[in-house]
Amino acid sequence: MDAFLASRNVSDLLVGLHFGVVIGLVALSLVMIWRATHILNFAQGAMAMFSAYVGMSLLSYNVGYWWCVVVAVIAGLAFGGVTERVLVRRLYGKPEINPIVVMVGFLALLEAIASAVWGMSGRAVPLPFSFVDWQLNGQTIAISPNGLYQIVAALVVAILVVVLFRYTNLGLQLRAAAVAPEVSRLLGVRVSRMLTLGWILSSGVGAVAAVIVASNFGPGLTPTLMDAPFAIAFIAAAVGGLESPWGALVAGVAFGIMQQFVIDYLNSDYVFLIALGALVVVLMIRPQGLFTKSVSRRV
Amino acid sequence: MIRVTGLSVSYGAVHALRDVSFEAATGSVTAVIGANGAGKTTLLRAISALVRPTAGEIDLDGTRLVGKSTENIARLGVGHVPEGRGVIEEFTIEENLRLGALHGNESFSVGLADQFELFPVLEERRKQHAGTLSGGERQMLAMARALIARPSVLLLDEPSLGLAPLVTAELMKTIKELCETRKLTVILVEQNAMSALRVSEHAVVLHLGRVAADDRSEVVANDENLRHYYLGMAE
Repeated sequence: MDAFLASRNVSDLLVGLHFGVVIGLVALSLVMIWRATHILNFAQGAMAMFSAYVGMSLLSYNVGYWWCVVVAVIAGLAFGGVTERVLVRRLYGKPEINPIVVMVGFLALLEAIASAVWGMSGRAVPLPFSFVDWQLNGQTIAISPNGLYQIVAALVVAILVVVLFRYTNLGLQLRAAAVAPEVSRLLGVRVSRMLTLGWILSSGVGAVAAVIVASNFGPGLTPTLMDAPFAIAFIAAAVGGLESPWGALVAGVAFGIMQQFVIDYLNSDYVFLIALGALVVVLMIRPQGLFTKSVSRRV
Repeated sequence: MIRVTGLSVSYGAVHALRDVSFEAATGSVTAVIGANGAGKTTLLRAISALVRPTAGEIDLDGTRLVGKSTENIARLGVGHVPEGRGVIEEFTIEENLRLGALHGNESFSVGLADQFELFPVLEERRKQHAGTLSGGERQMLAMARALIARPSVLLLDEPSLGLAPLVTAELMKTIKELCETRKLTVILVEQNAMSALRVSEHAVVLHLGRVAADDRSEVVANDENLRHYYLGMAE
Protein backbone atom coordinates (compact mmCIF):
# COMPACT_ATOMS: atom_id res chain seq x y z
CA MET A 1 0.00 0.00 0.00
CA ASP A 2 2.79 2.40 0.95
CA ALA A 3 4.64 1.61 -2.24
CA PHE A 4 1.45 2.15 -4.21
CA LEU A 5 0.84 5.56 -2.59
CA ALA A 6 4.41 6.54 -3.33
CA SER A 7 4.30 5.26 -6.92
CA ARG A 8 4.89 7.52 -9.86
CA ASN A 9 1.28 7.54 -11.09
CA VAL A 10 -0.25 8.16 -7.67
CA SER A 11 2.28 10.94 -7.10
CA ASP A 12 1.29 12.52 -10.40
CA LEU A 13 -2.35 12.16 -9.45
CA LEU A 14 -1.85 13.90 -6.09
CA VAL A 15 0.24 16.73 -7.50
CA GLY A 16 -2.22 17.12 -10.37
CA LEU A 17 -5.17 17.15 -8.00
CA HIS A 18 -3.49 19.86 -5.97
CA PHE A 19 -3.01 22.05 -9.02
CA GLY A 20 -6.37 20.98 -10.47
CA VAL A 21 -8.55 22.18 -7.62
CA VAL A 22 -7.01 25.64 -7.99
CA ILE A 23 -7.66 25.58 -11.74
CA GLY A 24 -11.18 24.41 -10.98
CA LEU A 25 -11.67 27.27 -8.55
CA VAL A 26 -10.57 29.87 -11.11
CA ALA A 27 -12.75 28.20 -13.76
CA LEU A 28 -15.67 28.26 -11.32
CA SER A 29 -15.21 31.99 -10.74
CA LEU A 30 -15.23 32.56 -14.51
CA VAL A 31 -18.44 30.57 -14.87
CA MET A 32 -20.05 32.58 -12.05
CA ILE A 33 -19.41 35.83 -13.91
CA TRP A 34 -20.44 34.38 -17.23
CA ARG A 35 -23.71 33.12 -15.80
CA ALA A 36 -24.43 36.36 -14.00
CA THR A 37 -23.65 38.85 -16.74
CA HIS A 38 -22.64 36.95 -19.91
CA ILE A 39 -19.25 38.57 -19.89
CA LEU A 40 -16.02 36.61 -20.27
CA ASN A 41 -13.85 38.21 -17.67
CA PHE A 42 -10.34 38.10 -19.10
CA ALA A 43 -9.17 40.18 -16.14
CA GLN A 44 -10.38 37.56 -13.64
CA GLY A 45 -6.86 36.26 -12.95
CA ALA A 46 -5.39 39.75 -12.75
CA MET A 47 -8.12 40.91 -10.37
CA ALA A 48 -7.38 37.91 -8.16
CA MET A 49 -3.64 38.64 -8.29
CA PHE A 50 -4.27 42.26 -7.35
CA SER A 51 -6.46 41.28 -4.39
CA ALA A 52 -3.79 38.84 -3.18
CA TYR A 53 -1.20 41.64 -3.35
CA VAL A 54 -3.43 43.98 -1.35
CA GLY A 55 -3.73 41.38 1.40
CA MET A 56 -0.17 40.06 1.34
CA SER A 57 1.46 43.49 1.24
CA LEU A 58 0.37 43.75 4.89
CA LEU A 59 2.99 41.11 5.66
CA SER A 60 5.51 43.98 5.50
CA TYR A 61 3.74 45.54 8.46
CA ASN A 62 4.03 42.39 10.56
CA VAL A 63 0.40 41.46 10.09
CA GLY A 64 -0.12 37.71 10.53
CA TYR A 65 -0.62 35.42 7.52
CA TRP A 66 -4.24 34.55 8.25
CA TRP A 67 -5.22 38.21 8.62
CA CYS A 68 -3.56 38.88 5.27
CA VAL A 69 -5.66 36.11 3.73
CA VAL A 70 -8.81 37.63 5.21
CA VAL A 71 -7.89 41.07 3.86
CA ALA A 72 -7.07 39.59 0.43
CA VAL A 73 -10.47 37.92 0.23
CA ILE A 74 -12.29 41.05 1.40
CA ALA A 75 -10.28 43.06 -1.15
CA GLY A 76 -11.33 40.53 -3.79
CA LEU A 77 -15.01 40.83 -2.87
CA ALA A 78 -14.87 44.63 -2.90
CA PHE A 79 -12.86 44.75 -6.10
CA GLY A 80 -15.50 42.64 -7.88
CA GLY A 81 -18.30 44.95 -6.77
CA VAL A 82 -16.50 48.14 -7.71
CA THR A 83 -15.45 46.73 -11.09
CA GLU A 84 -19.02 45.78 -11.91
CA ARG A 85 -20.47 49.12 -10.87
CA VAL A 86 -17.81 51.36 -12.43
CA LEU A 87 -16.56 49.47 -15.46
CA VAL A 88 -18.75 46.53 -16.43
CA ARG A 89 -22.15 48.19 -16.00
CA ARG A 90 -21.48 50.34 -19.06
CA LEU A 91 -20.89 47.26 -21.19
CA TYR A 92 -24.26 45.55 -20.79
CA GLY A 93 -26.16 45.37 -24.05
CA LYS A 94 -23.15 46.48 -26.09
CA PRO A 95 -21.73 44.38 -28.98
CA GLU A 96 -19.94 41.27 -27.70
CA ILE A 97 -16.52 42.51 -28.73
CA ASN A 98 -16.71 45.52 -26.37
CA PRO A 99 -16.48 43.67 -23.06
CA ILE A 100 -13.73 41.45 -24.47
CA VAL A 101 -11.59 44.43 -25.46
CA VAL A 102 -12.27 46.25 -22.20
CA MET A 103 -11.51 43.25 -19.98
CA VAL A 104 -8.29 42.41 -21.85
CA GLY A 105 -7.28 46.05 -21.45
CA PHE A 106 -8.17 45.89 -17.76
CA LEU A 107 -5.96 42.78 -17.39
CA ALA A 108 -2.98 44.65 -18.91
CA LEU A 109 -3.68 47.71 -16.77
CA LEU A 110 -3.85 45.74 -13.50
CA GLU A 111 -0.61 43.89 -14.23
CA ALA A 112 1.10 47.18 -15.10
CA ILE A 113 -0.12 48.83 -11.90
CA ALA A 114 0.94 45.82 -9.81
CA SER A 115 4.41 45.90 -11.42
CA ALA A 116 4.73 49.63 -10.72
CA VAL A 117 3.56 49.42 -7.12
CA TRP A 118 4.97 46.09 -5.94
CA GLY A 119 7.71 45.38 -8.52
CA MET A 120 8.19 42.49 -10.93
CA SER A 121 10.44 40.38 -8.77
CA GLY A 122 7.87 38.47 -6.79
CA ARG A 123 7.09 38.58 -3.12
CA ALA A 124 7.58 35.57 -0.93
CA VAL A 125 4.44 34.42 0.79
CA PRO A 126 4.79 32.31 3.93
CA LEU A 127 3.29 28.86 4.00
CA PRO A 128 0.79 28.32 6.79
CA PHE A 129 1.64 24.63 7.06
CA SER A 130 4.67 22.48 6.35
CA PHE A 131 5.46 21.98 2.67
CA VAL A 132 7.46 18.81 3.35
CA ASP A 133 5.75 15.79 1.83
CA TRP A 134 4.39 13.21 4.20
CA GLN A 135 6.47 10.10 4.88
CA LEU A 136 4.82 6.76 5.29
CA ASN A 137 7.12 3.94 6.47
CA GLY A 138 10.09 5.54 4.75
CA GLN A 139 8.21 6.21 1.49
CA THR A 140 7.40 9.74 0.35
CA ILE A 141 3.77 10.49 -0.49
CA ALA A 142 3.55 13.40 -2.93
CA ILE A 143 1.43 15.61 -0.71
CA SER A 144 2.31 17.91 2.18
CA PRO A 145 0.17 19.32 5.00
CA ASN A 146 0.23 22.62 3.10
CA GLY A 147 -0.97 20.90 -0.06
CA LEU A 148 -3.77 19.16 1.80
CA TYR A 149 -4.86 22.45 3.37
CA GLN A 150 -4.97 24.08 -0.07
CA ILE A 151 -6.97 21.25 -1.62
CA VAL A 152 -9.46 21.30 1.25
CA ALA A 153 -9.73 25.12 1.20
CA ALA A 154 -10.38 25.17 -2.55
CA LEU A 155 -12.95 22.39 -2.35
CA VAL A 156 -14.77 23.96 0.60
CA VAL A 157 -15.04 27.30 -1.22
CA ALA A 158 -16.20 25.58 -4.41
CA ILE A 159 -18.81 23.52 -2.58
CA LEU A 160 -20.07 26.57 -0.69
CA VAL A 161 -20.54 28.37 -4.01
CA VAL A 162 -22.39 25.48 -5.59
CA VAL A 163 -24.62 25.07 -2.52
CA LEU A 164 -25.33 28.81 -2.49
CA PHE A 165 -26.41 28.78 -6.13
CA ARG A 166 -28.40 25.58 -5.99
CA TYR A 167 -30.11 25.51 -2.64
CA THR A 168 -30.60 29.03 -1.30
CA ASN A 169 -33.10 31.75 -2.10
CA LEU A 170 -30.24 34.13 -2.78
CA GLY A 171 -28.78 31.66 -5.28
CA LEU A 172 -32.19 31.29 -6.91
CA GLN A 173 -32.35 35.05 -7.40
CA LEU A 174 -28.77 35.21 -8.68
CA ARG A 175 -29.57 32.58 -11.30
CA ALA A 176 -32.93 34.10 -12.20
CA ALA A 177 -31.44 37.58 -12.62
CA ALA A 178 -28.89 36.13 -15.00
CA VAL A 179 -31.20 34.12 -17.26
CA ALA A 180 -34.40 36.17 -17.14
CA PRO A 181 -33.77 39.72 -15.92
CA GLU A 182 -37.10 41.21 -16.94
CA VAL A 183 -39.23 38.40 -15.51
CA SER A 184 -37.14 38.49 -12.33
CA ARG A 185 -37.82 42.19 -11.88
CA LEU A 186 -41.55 41.56 -12.34
CA LEU A 187 -41.27 39.10 -9.45
CA GLY A 188 -39.58 41.65 -7.22
CA VAL A 189 -35.95 40.49 -7.63
CA ARG A 190 -33.48 43.38 -7.44
CA VAL A 191 -31.67 42.36 -10.61
CA SER A 192 -29.09 45.12 -10.63
CA ARG A 193 -27.96 44.16 -7.11
CA MET A 194 -27.83 40.51 -8.07
CA LEU A 195 -25.49 41.22 -10.98
CA THR A 196 -23.17 43.18 -8.70
CA LEU A 197 -23.35 40.41 -6.12
CA GLY A 198 -22.41 37.87 -8.80
CA TRP A 199 -19.23 39.84 -9.51
CA ILE A 200 -18.51 40.30 -5.80
CA LEU A 201 -18.74 36.58 -5.07
CA SER A 202 -16.83 35.55 -8.17
CA SER A 203 -14.01 37.97 -7.50
CA GLY A 204 -13.82 36.74 -3.88
CA VAL A 205 -13.48 33.15 -5.11
CA GLY A 206 -10.72 34.31 -7.48
CA ALA A 207 -8.88 35.94 -4.56
CA VAL A 208 -8.92 32.66 -2.63
CA ALA A 209 -7.43 30.93 -5.67
CA ALA A 210 -4.71 33.58 -6.02
CA VAL A 211 -3.75 33.31 -2.34
CA ILE A 212 -3.39 29.55 -2.77
CA VAL A 213 -1.34 29.87 -5.96
CA ALA A 214 0.92 32.53 -4.42
CA SER A 215 1.75 30.43 -1.39
CA ASN A 216 2.48 27.35 -3.37
CA PHE A 217 3.63 27.51 -6.94
CA GLY A 218 6.66 29.27 -8.40
CA PRO A 219 8.34 32.38 -7.04
CA GLY A 220 5.56 33.55 -4.73
CA LEU A 221 3.38 36.50 -5.63
CA THR A 222 4.16 38.19 -8.96
CA PRO A 223 2.10 40.48 -11.22
CA THR A 224 1.79 37.67 -13.76
CA LEU A 225 1.02 35.09 -11.07
CA MET A 226 -2.36 34.10 -12.43
CA ASP A 227 -1.64 34.20 -16.18
CA ALA A 228 -0.92 30.49 -16.59
CA PRO A 229 -3.58 29.23 -14.14
CA PHE A 230 -6.08 31.59 -15.75
CA ALA A 231 -5.29 30.36 -19.27
CA ILE A 232 -5.75 26.71 -18.27
CA ALA A 233 -8.86 27.56 -16.23
CA PHE A 234 -10.32 29.41 -19.18
CA ILE A 235 -9.89 26.36 -21.38
CA ALA A 236 -11.29 24.14 -18.62
CA ALA A 237 -14.34 26.37 -18.25
CA ALA A 238 -14.96 26.21 -22.00
CA VAL A 239 -14.57 22.43 -22.02
CA GLY A 240 -16.76 21.93 -18.96
CA GLY A 241 -19.36 24.33 -20.28
CA LEU A 242 -19.54 27.99 -19.35
CA GLU A 243 -23.01 27.51 -17.92
CA SER A 244 -22.05 24.72 -15.55
CA PRO A 245 -20.32 25.36 -12.19
CA TRP A 246 -19.83 21.62 -11.60
CA GLY A 247 -18.51 21.25 -15.14
CA ALA A 248 -15.93 23.98 -14.59
CA LEU A 249 -14.81 22.41 -11.35
CA VAL A 250 -14.56 18.87 -12.71
CA ALA A 251 -12.85 20.01 -15.92
CA GLY A 252 -10.43 22.14 -13.86
CA VAL A 253 -9.42 19.17 -11.72
CA ALA A 254 -9.12 16.97 -14.82
CA PHE A 255 -6.90 19.52 -16.54
CA GLY A 256 -4.68 19.83 -13.45
CA ILE A 257 -4.18 16.07 -13.35
CA MET A 258 -3.66 15.91 -17.10
CA GLN A 259 -1.06 18.67 -16.86
CA GLN A 260 0.95 16.81 -14.23
CA PHE A 261 0.97 13.58 -16.24
CA VAL A 262 2.03 15.47 -19.36
CA ILE A 263 4.85 17.21 -17.48
CA ASP A 264 6.00 13.94 -15.95
CA TYR A 265 5.72 11.60 -18.94
CA LEU A 266 6.25 14.01 -21.85
CA ASN A 267 7.43 17.56 -21.45
CA SER A 268 5.91 20.70 -19.95
CA ASP A 269 5.93 22.29 -23.42
CA TYR A 270 3.09 19.97 -24.39
CA VAL A 271 0.70 21.14 -21.67
CA PHE A 272 -0.98 23.92 -23.61
CA LEU A 273 -0.85 21.99 -26.85
CA ILE A 274 -2.80 19.13 -25.34
CA ALA A 275 -5.18 21.42 -23.43
CA LEU A 276 -5.99 23.37 -26.58
CA GLY A 277 -6.32 20.12 -28.54
CA ALA A 278 -8.87 18.90 -26.00
CA LEU A 279 -10.71 22.22 -26.31
CA VAL A 280 -10.91 21.98 -30.10
CA VAL A 281 -12.18 18.40 -29.97
CA VAL A 282 -14.82 19.20 -27.35
CA LEU A 283 -15.98 22.32 -29.17
CA MET A 284 -16.40 20.29 -32.35
CA ILE A 285 -18.40 17.54 -30.69
CA ARG A 286 -20.28 19.47 -28.00
CA PRO A 287 -20.00 23.24 -28.57
CA GLN A 288 -21.95 23.99 -25.38
CA GLY A 289 -19.34 22.13 -23.31
CA LEU A 290 -19.40 18.71 -21.71
CA PHE A 291 -21.54 19.48 -18.68
CA THR A 292 -23.99 22.10 -19.88
CA LYS A 293 -27.49 20.73 -20.04
CA SER A 294 -28.91 21.83 -23.33
CA VAL A 295 -32.34 23.31 -22.80
CA SER A 296 -34.68 23.03 -25.72
CA ARG A 297 -36.11 26.39 -26.61
CA ARG A 298 -39.27 27.14 -28.46
CA VAL A 299 -38.65 28.91 -31.74
CA MET B 1 -58.06 50.30 -7.28
CA ILE B 2 -55.73 51.33 -10.07
CA ARG B 3 -56.27 54.77 -11.53
CA VAL B 4 -54.47 55.76 -14.74
CA THR B 5 -54.57 59.46 -15.61
CA GLY B 6 -53.34 61.12 -18.80
CA LEU B 7 -50.78 58.40 -19.51
CA SER B 8 -48.54 58.83 -22.57
CA VAL B 9 -45.68 56.60 -23.68
CA SER B 10 -43.38 57.10 -26.67
CA TYR B 11 -40.84 54.82 -28.31
CA GLY B 12 -38.70 57.45 -30.01
CA ALA B 13 -40.96 59.21 -32.49
CA VAL B 14 -43.71 56.61 -32.15
CA HIS B 15 -46.46 57.45 -29.68
CA ALA B 16 -47.56 54.13 -28.23
CA LEU B 17 -50.02 55.64 -25.74
CA ARG B 18 -51.56 59.12 -25.78
CA ASP B 19 -53.39 60.62 -22.84
CA VAL B 20 -54.88 57.34 -21.61
CA SER B 21 -57.13 57.53 -18.54
CA PHE B 22 -59.28 54.87 -16.88
CA GLU B 23 -59.93 53.14 -13.57
CA ALA B 24 -59.78 49.46 -12.69
CA ALA B 25 -62.01 48.75 -9.70
CA THR B 26 -60.97 46.52 -6.82
CA GLY B 27 -62.25 42.95 -7.02
CA SER B 28 -63.19 43.12 -10.68
CA VAL B 29 -61.81 42.33 -14.10
CA THR B 30 -61.07 45.26 -16.42
CA ALA B 31 -60.53 44.17 -20.02
CA VAL B 32 -58.21 46.16 -22.25
CA ILE B 33 -58.97 45.29 -25.85
CA GLY B 34 -58.09 46.55 -29.29
CA ALA B 35 -56.30 45.60 -32.48
CA ASN B 36 -52.60 44.81 -32.83
CA GLY B 37 -50.48 47.83 -32.07
CA ALA B 38 -53.22 49.57 -30.09
CA GLY B 39 -50.89 49.91 -27.10
CA LYS B 40 -52.34 47.22 -24.83
CA THR B 41 -49.06 45.59 -23.87
CA THR B 42 -47.39 49.00 -23.52
CA LEU B 43 -50.07 49.98 -21.01
CA LEU B 44 -49.28 46.99 -18.78
CA ARG B 45 -45.54 47.56 -19.18
CA ALA B 46 -46.01 51.18 -18.11
CA ILE B 47 -47.92 50.12 -14.98
CA SER B 48 -45.02 47.79 -14.08
CA ALA B 49 -42.46 50.50 -14.95
CA LEU B 50 -40.86 48.39 -17.67
CA VAL B 51 -41.32 51.47 -19.87
CA ARG B 52 -41.21 55.04 -18.60
CA PRO B 53 -44.21 57.21 -19.42
CA THR B 54 -43.58 60.64 -20.94
CA ALA B 55 -46.59 62.02 -19.08
CA GLY B 56 -49.37 60.94 -16.76
CA GLU B 57 -49.90 59.25 -13.42
CA ILE B 58 -50.63 55.72 -12.22
CA ASP B 59 -52.05 55.33 -8.76
CA LEU B 60 -52.56 52.13 -6.76
CA ASP B 61 -54.83 52.65 -3.74
CA GLY B 62 -53.30 56.07 -3.11
CA THR B 63 -49.68 55.08 -3.88
CA ARG B 64 -48.08 56.77 -6.87
CA LEU B 65 -46.43 54.16 -9.11
CA VAL B 66 -44.76 56.39 -11.71
CA GLY B 67 -41.13 56.84 -10.70
CA LYS B 68 -40.98 53.58 -8.73
CA SER B 69 -38.84 50.69 -9.95
CA THR B 70 -40.32 47.51 -11.43
CA GLU B 71 -39.05 45.54 -8.42
CA ASN B 72 -40.72 47.85 -5.92
CA ILE B 73 -44.01 47.85 -7.83
CA ALA B 74 -43.94 44.04 -7.76
CA ARG B 75 -43.27 44.13 -4.02
CA LEU B 76 -46.26 46.46 -3.57
CA GLY B 77 -48.44 43.59 -4.74
CA VAL B 78 -48.70 44.06 -8.49
CA GLY B 79 -48.38 40.70 -10.23
CA HIS B 80 -47.64 40.79 -13.95
CA VAL B 81 -47.87 37.78 -16.27
CA PRO B 82 -46.10 39.01 -19.39
CA GLU B 83 -46.89 38.23 -23.00
CA GLY B 84 -45.23 34.98 -24.02
CA ARG B 85 -45.64 33.88 -20.39
CA GLY B 86 -42.07 34.32 -19.18
CA VAL B 87 -41.62 31.07 -17.29
CA ILE B 88 -37.94 30.43 -16.65
CA GLU B 89 -37.28 27.33 -18.73
CA GLU B 90 -33.99 26.48 -17.02
CA PHE B 91 -35.75 26.31 -13.65
CA THR B 92 -37.95 23.54 -12.36
CA ILE B 93 -41.61 24.26 -11.78
CA GLU B 94 -40.98 24.40 -8.05
CA GLU B 95 -38.07 26.82 -8.50
CA ASN B 96 -40.24 29.08 -10.65
CA LEU B 97 -42.85 29.11 -7.91
CA ARG B 98 -40.27 29.64 -5.16
CA LEU B 99 -39.00 32.69 -7.02
CA GLY B 100 -42.54 34.01 -7.28
CA ALA B 101 -43.15 33.58 -3.56
CA LEU B 102 -39.91 35.22 -2.39
CA HIS B 103 -41.19 38.77 -2.24
CA GLY B 104 -44.83 37.98 -1.61
CA ASN B 105 -47.11 38.14 1.40
CA GLU B 106 -47.47 34.42 2.00
CA SER B 107 -45.18 31.65 3.16
CA PHE B 108 -43.94 29.44 0.35
CA SER B 109 -45.43 26.24 1.71
CA VAL B 110 -48.93 27.67 2.18
CA GLY B 111 -48.79 29.40 -1.21
CA LEU B 112 -47.53 26.25 -2.89
CA ALA B 113 -50.41 24.18 -1.49
CA ASP B 114 -52.88 26.82 -2.76
CA GLN B 115 -51.42 26.83 -6.24
CA PHE B 116 -51.27 23.05 -6.47
CA GLU B 117 -54.94 22.96 -5.55
CA LEU B 118 -55.73 25.43 -8.35
CA PHE B 119 -53.42 23.78 -10.88
CA PRO B 120 -52.99 20.10 -9.96
CA VAL B 121 -50.93 19.36 -13.06
CA LEU B 122 -48.11 21.52 -11.65
CA GLU B 123 -47.84 19.35 -8.55
CA GLU B 124 -47.38 16.19 -10.58
CA ARG B 125 -44.50 17.78 -12.46
CA ARG B 126 -42.99 19.98 -9.78
CA LYS B 127 -39.43 18.66 -10.22
CA GLN B 128 -39.43 18.99 -14.01
CA HIS B 129 -37.87 21.85 -15.91
CA ALA B 130 -40.38 24.43 -17.07
CA GLY B 131 -38.93 24.06 -20.58
CA THR B 132 -40.62 20.67 -20.81
CA LEU B 133 -44.14 22.05 -20.28
CA SER B 134 -46.76 22.52 -22.98
CA GLY B 135 -48.15 25.96 -23.82
CA GLY B 136 -51.16 25.58 -21.56
CA GLU B 137 -49.07 24.27 -18.67
CA ARG B 138 -46.67 27.19 -19.05
CA GLN B 139 -49.59 29.56 -18.81
CA MET B 140 -50.76 27.85 -15.64
CA LEU B 141 -47.26 28.03 -14.19
CA ALA B 142 -46.93 31.72 -15.06
CA MET B 143 -50.30 32.39 -13.41
CA ALA B 144 -49.45 30.32 -10.35
CA ARG B 145 -46.11 32.08 -10.02
CA ALA B 146 -47.84 35.45 -10.02
CA LEU B 147 -50.61 34.34 -7.66
CA ILE B 148 -48.36 32.65 -5.11
CA ALA B 149 -47.20 36.08 -3.94
CA ARG B 150 -50.84 36.92 -3.11
CA PRO B 151 -50.88 40.07 -5.23
CA SER B 152 -53.61 42.69 -4.89
CA VAL B 153 -53.42 43.47 -8.61
CA LEU B 154 -52.88 41.04 -11.47
CA LEU B 155 -51.86 42.24 -14.93
CA LEU B 156 -52.48 39.55 -17.54
CA ASP B 157 -51.08 39.98 -21.03
CA GLU B 158 -52.81 37.78 -23.61
CA PRO B 159 -53.32 34.76 -21.35
CA SER B 160 -55.35 32.96 -24.01
CA LEU B 161 -52.66 33.20 -26.69
CA GLY B 162 -52.07 29.76 -28.16
CA LEU B 163 -54.40 28.01 -25.72
CA ALA B 164 -57.28 25.71 -26.53
CA PRO B 165 -60.67 27.40 -25.91
CA LEU B 166 -61.49 24.97 -23.10
CA VAL B 167 -58.26 25.75 -21.27
CA THR B 168 -58.88 29.48 -21.73
CA ALA B 169 -62.38 29.13 -20.29
CA GLU B 170 -60.97 27.26 -17.31
CA LEU B 171 -58.36 29.96 -16.70
CA MET B 172 -60.94 32.73 -16.94
CA LYS B 173 -63.14 30.94 -14.44
CA THR B 174 -60.20 30.75 -12.03
CA ILE B 175 -59.51 34.46 -12.47
CA LYS B 176 -63.14 35.35 -11.78
CA GLU B 177 -63.16 33.28 -8.61
CA LEU B 178 -60.00 34.94 -7.35
CA CYS B 179 -61.53 38.37 -7.92
CA GLU B 180 -64.41 37.43 -5.69
CA THR B 181 -62.62 35.44 -2.99
CA ARG B 182 -59.46 37.53 -2.70
CA LYS B 183 -60.68 40.95 -3.86
CA LEU B 184 -58.12 40.75 -6.64
CA THR B 185 -58.01 43.57 -9.17
CA VAL B 186 -57.35 42.23 -12.66
CA ILE B 187 -56.38 44.11 -15.80
CA LEU B 188 -56.77 41.67 -18.66
CA VAL B 189 -55.22 42.48 -22.02
CA GLU B 190 -56.70 40.38 -24.79
CA GLN B 191 -56.69 40.19 -28.53
CA ASN B 192 -59.71 37.91 -28.33
CA ALA B 193 -62.21 40.66 -27.51
CA MET B 194 -65.30 38.49 -27.15
CA SER B 195 -63.86 36.20 -24.51
CA ALA B 196 -62.41 39.18 -22.62
CA LEU B 197 -65.75 41.01 -22.67
CA ARG B 198 -67.52 37.93 -21.36
CA VAL B 199 -65.26 37.60 -18.32
CA SER B 200 -64.88 41.30 -17.45
CA GLU B 201 -67.14 43.83 -15.76
CA HIS B 202 -65.55 46.81 -17.40
CA ALA B 203 -63.73 47.32 -20.71
CA VAL B 204 -61.34 49.87 -22.17
CA VAL B 205 -61.00 49.86 -25.95
CA LEU B 206 -57.67 51.18 -27.20
CA HIS B 207 -57.16 52.36 -30.74
CA LEU B 208 -53.75 53.60 -31.94
CA GLY B 209 -52.75 54.44 -28.38
CA ARG B 210 -55.90 56.35 -27.46
CA VAL B 211 -58.95 55.33 -25.47
CA ALA B 212 -61.73 54.79 -28.01
CA ALA B 213 -64.25 53.56 -25.44
CA ASP B 214 -64.43 53.05 -21.68
CA ASP B 215 -67.61 51.47 -20.41
CA ARG B 216 -69.28 48.43 -18.87
CA SER B 217 -68.32 45.32 -20.79
CA GLU B 218 -71.86 44.47 -21.86
CA VAL B 219 -72.32 47.98 -23.28
CA VAL B 220 -69.09 47.64 -25.28
CA ALA B 221 -70.06 44.17 -26.45
CA ASN B 222 -73.39 45.43 -27.78
CA ASP B 223 -72.09 48.57 -29.49
CA GLU B 224 -72.22 47.91 -33.24
CA ASN B 225 -69.81 50.75 -34.10
CA LEU B 226 -67.16 49.68 -31.62
CA ARG B 227 -67.44 46.11 -32.78
CA HIS B 228 -67.13 47.09 -36.38
CA TYR B 229 -64.49 49.79 -36.30
CA TYR B 230 -62.23 48.89 -33.41
CA LEU B 231 -62.64 45.26 -32.62
CA GLY B 232 -62.87 43.92 -36.17
CA MET B 233 -65.75 41.64 -35.31
CA ALA B 234 -68.18 40.50 -37.97
CA GLU B 235 -71.93 40.87 -37.47
